[in-house]
Amino acid sequence: MSDHAVEVSMIVNGERLRQRVDPRRTLVDFLREDLALTGSHVGCEHGVCGACTVRVNGEIVRGCLMLAVQCDGAEVETIEGLSDSGEVADLQSAFEQRNALQCGFCTPGMITAAQDLLKRSARVPSRDAIRNHLSGNYCRCTGYHAIVDAVEAVAQQRASGRK
Amino acid sequence: MKPSPFAYNKARSLDEAVSLLGSGDAKLLAGGQSLIATLNMRLSSPAMLIDINGIVGLDGICRADGSVEIGALARHAQVEYSDVIARDAPLIARAMPHIGHPAIRNRGTFGGSIAFADPAAELPACLLALDGEIEATGPKGRRTIKAQDFFKGLFETALGPQDVLTGIRIPVATNETRIGFAELARRHGDYAIVGLAACARADGKGLSDVRLAYFGVGNVPVRARKAEAALTHGDVERAVAALDLDPPDDVQATGKVKKHLAGVLLRRVAHQLMEPAR
Repeated sequence: MSDHAVEVSMIVNGERLRQRVDPRRTLVDFLREDLALTGSHVGCEHGVCGACTVRVNGEIVRGCLMLAVQCDGAEVETIEGLSDSGEVADLQSAFEQRNALQCGFCTPGMITAAQDLLKRSARVPSRDAIRNHLSGNYCRCTGYHAIVDAVEAVAQQRASGRK
Repeated sequence: MKPSPFAYNKARSLDEAVSLLGSGDAKLLAGGQSLIATLNMRLSSPAMLIDINGIVGLDGICRADGSVEIGALARHAQVEYSDVIARDAPLIARAMPHIGHPAIRNRGTFGGSIAFADPAAELPACLLALDGEIEATGPKGRRTIKAQDFFKGLFETALGPQDVLTGIRIPVATNETRIGFAELARRHGDYAIVGLAACARADGKGLSDVRLAYFGVGNVPVRARKAEAALTHGDVERAVAALDLDPPDDVQATGKVKKHLAGVLLRRVAHQLMEPAR
């Protein structure tokens, strides 16, 4: 670690931590390398692919375009946290049932972005709206149709559950 | 790749940011959605980052004295969902969904887009079309720069080495305001191959004060003045023929293709200009 290291404290998946971190450490590298939370993936490292999508203070961000030092005082949630809490269990099951993943590299980012859309939509979003919201997440396997199917199905399930 | 090492300073005030900028090889960190990508690719390796996100009072969006003021640290998502922007700055509202993707818009800032001045970015062209103004603070205090004087060259602006962009101002839209926006990108949210931000004033059945600002066609956003004049006379095809643009080739398309696409966009935007903006 360089002598520029800074002490930060943050809450990651509900656990408070205090740690020294090099300013050049991106959030996704911090999560993966320092905290061993390897569910967030590193793809392009310049904000194009969306594989590193995580939540900071409730909003989705690119983990590669934010520095860990910027998360001082923040609440960070990764796919591990979203899985453990059961928040995305229905999305995960729909992805599995509809073959919305093949290699799985994009899946954590895809589910985190999809959950962001569903939790802020009062009604079932259109397929166009789903595609738009996931436009920042690359999938090189599925051709996206199955992903849109899975997200739409969960949106409908949740809407009928709300009635 | 990973960024090269740098020191990190969190500025608590504007004055502190300005004075830290004086310490040499430093860059301001706002939303970081362009800066951190360039650091990751080592296209840039400053000795220090000055994080301005903690400076209070730079993220407001409000209407004052016939203008809409947008603080430099207002996030794109905040602008996108702002009632003030929807009502009083409809061109900005229409451009917003084209800027990056939701995760990018949650972090990226309005001021950052203007200060970075990417020639294919939406907001610099919007500001030029709207005849907006940029507020900056430097060692000698505050100053205001007109959009037309701000964009100097490729990623080059009128900001000095110790200037901090603090906000922008654009005129409030009226019932006569007409706006248009369109862009062509390979994927929604990516940088445009060509884009067009436009505004005009309804004048009887025609238009006056037509301002067409293209992006992705040169080093800075560009006004197509001959086409503006033709459009004032209501002649869309003559405006397309009069497009005085000479876009250079880039990685996305040849200049010839861009020129053709500029005409396609002009036809789309001309239709939008005929309809009330709000």
